[in-house]
Amino acid sequence: MALTMERLGVWIGVALTFAIYSFLYKDNPVYKIAEQIFVGISAGYWFIYTIFNILKPNLYTPLTSDFGNNTLLVLPAILGIFMLCRLVPKINWVSRYAISVVVGTTAGLALIRTLQSDVITQMSETIMNPFSGPNTAVILGKWILIIGTTTGIIYFFFSKKHTGAFGATAKVGVVFLMISFGAAFGYTVMARISLLIGRLQYLLGEWLGIIQP
Amino acid sequence: MSFFEKLMKIDRRIIFLLIFVGVAIPLIVALNFELEITQPVRKVHGLVEDADDGAYILLSFDYGPSTKPEIQPMAIAILKHAFERDYKVVCSALWPMGVLMCSEAIESVKEEYPNIEYGVDYVNLGYKAGGLVTINHMGKNMRETFPTDAANNPISEISIMDNIKNLTNFDFIVGFSSGSPGLKEWVQVAHDAYGVPVAGGSTAVQVPSLSPYLNRENQLVGLLGGLKGAAEYEKLIASPGTAVKGMDAQSIAHLLIIIFITIGNIGYFVTGKYKQKRL
Amino acid sequence: MKRQFPLVITFFVGMLVIVSQFIPHQPFGHLSDTLESWFLIISGFAILLGQLNLLKVNIIKIHRKSRNWQYYIVCVVSFVVMITIGILWGTQDQPGLLGQGSALVSFFGRKPFDYIFKYFFENLSATMFSLLAFFMASASYRAFRARNLESSLLLISAVLVMLGRTTIGTWLTGWIPENLTYLHLPQIADFIMKYLQKTGQRAIMICAGLGIVGSSLRIILGIERSYLGGK
Repeated sequence: MALTMERLGVWIGVALTFAIYSFLYKDNPVYKIAEQIFVGISAGYWFIYTIFNILKPNLYTPLTSDFGNNTLLVLPAILGIFMLCRLVPKINWVSRYAISVVVGTTAGLALIRTLQSDVITQMSETIMNPFSGPNTAVILGKWILIIGTTTGIIYFFFSKKHTGAFGATAKVGVVFLMISFGAAFGYTVMARISLLIGRLQYLLGEWLGIIQP
Repeated sequence: MSFFEKLMKIDRRIIFLLIFVGVAIPLIVALNFELEITQPVRKVHGLVEDADDGAYILLSFDYGPSTKPEIQPMAIAILKHAFERDYKVVCSALWPMGVLMCSEAIESVKEEYPNIEYGVDYVNLGYKAGGLVTINHMGKNMRETFPTDAANNPISEISIMDNIKNLTNFDFIVGFSSGSPGLKEWVQVAHDAYGVPVAGGSTAVQVPSLSPYLNRENQLVGLLGGLKGAAEYEKLIASPGTAVKGMDAQSIAHLLIIIFITIGNIGYFVTGKYKQKRL
Repeated sequence: MKRQFPLVITFFVGMLVIVSQFIPHQPFGHLSDTLESWFLIISGFAILLGQLNLLKVNIIKIHRKSRNWQYYIVCVVSFVVMITIGILWGTQDQPGLLGQGSALVSFFGRKPFDYIFKYFFENLSATMFSLLAFFMASASYRAFRARNLESSLLLISAVLVMLGRTTIGTWLTGWIPENLTYLHLPQIADFIMKYLQKTGQRAIMICAGLGIVGSSLRIILGIERSYLGGK
């Protein structure tokens, strides 16, 4: 029976795939129904996994099995309930206490980590000796990195009008940014096509058996 | 209406059909173009290959079914490599779908490595929310972050976790990421705060934004980017899978997109549309 | 109390996290550890809030018979079914209130929750995102124009990366002799990715990083209060 249900599952998957793809022809009720099924199942999945993977092991089990040593966990439990009060318009202001803990923690950690990883380290990586390297391509690359990064940062400085020498430098930065965006577009194309390849591998392999899945 | 004007007004459903057929045909008729390996992928391979015997590695499954075609092949390839080298593999997830992605990846690898034992050779710790803050907490105390595994077994009863107190007990971390939280957060905390080597695999969309981390400081040791990155790794471990099989279709699709762009631009200039914009 | 006290909490919590990064010893280390373990639990409730809010919004739309209200019934039913079977029979790794559901596992081949995930959700999710390939192809044909220097540079860079990062790039320029390997498409794509595109991404990363630092400071100091919502 399990094998039959597995085969039925593949056909369900195919039906849902074509239901979504029907949107390419025209928006239609079949697509809308499939879309809503997707939203509902996704929300249900998140709900169940949050309970089983976070709230049960990190809150429920410690409180019920060893309350004496985990009494303080009552506080995040209360804050969590405050968070849920956001659903009730009359008392949704209590959720601000829980939100402020979450936002404050994230802001504090993000400040330090971003400053180190994304600002200071990146700036130090741009400061290098552009006159030495194993070959011409590397030396050229180093010059490009220094000039491109500096002019790119200058472009993003909007507190001063982009005129004169400053404006010309910013325009050079735009050139490097455009090359960056072009490469990003190329990789975006790769990503999207890969997802289509995955779908076709499923349809041609698992469903029709034309190719080896 | 001239030929190019008609071409510019073509129904977009024809373009959809061309792309569909252009991707389907190379999947059926293999073209077997040669695949070149890039340096970031070699570096990931080198990190996994050169680790000490019995190394402890953390794999973070931070993706879902939407990006499974790109990332699952690289997760499977790295799992195969890790089990081949007899490493201890600890799996976790910052996305809830990552838990089942991990289970599916391990199920597909078990056929080749039937002797791997849960709790001894590998473990699935499950999902935790919180991103950056959770990784920071793992850096100090893994057991408090994961008091149980995904199946609710206490961590104290899982032998593979005996030597793991925090992130610094891992030889390296590999993140499989399709967004946030993901590789960026692993680099910011695990490498930059706790000094643990981090490598990763990501969707192709993320590759440009993660590329600044590929630097002299090795914030990211190496990066598998998209389906191509997965295919390169499969080639390096001599275990071609779905990624290698998909590369022909990828190539033809890219060529098709370039043809579309070219025709679009030729039509744009021939029909004089660029002059109208200037007026 | 309703607005001021949360701002005080944000300041205290934010400063504690920052200080503990520099002084990991007692008491800051211990306080920060406790705060992070609480954060995990509160985040869990925040996720539940999101899903319950989705349910609430859909029920309101059905009740008011808004446009396309019939489709929202499908969403609510899917959500309720998923939660019910998850709670009753659990997931792959964990039992539910009614145990492991062995009879259902032998019927479906896996638990009902995992069956729906594998055959419904995985296919829907993957297909939804694969739609983008079609729209991107259409956009490439209709909108991607070399109108000026900037867009031309974008186009050239995109084409070189698209060719160089696939096997067709190797095939097209594989005949190029050793002394001219810098004209080999994969080598050109490598150079673009390693140097040219990295400059722009690094500039964006540094500037965005400074922006995040500024925003985080504003939040901690109570200047930015939009996250509190309401009046």
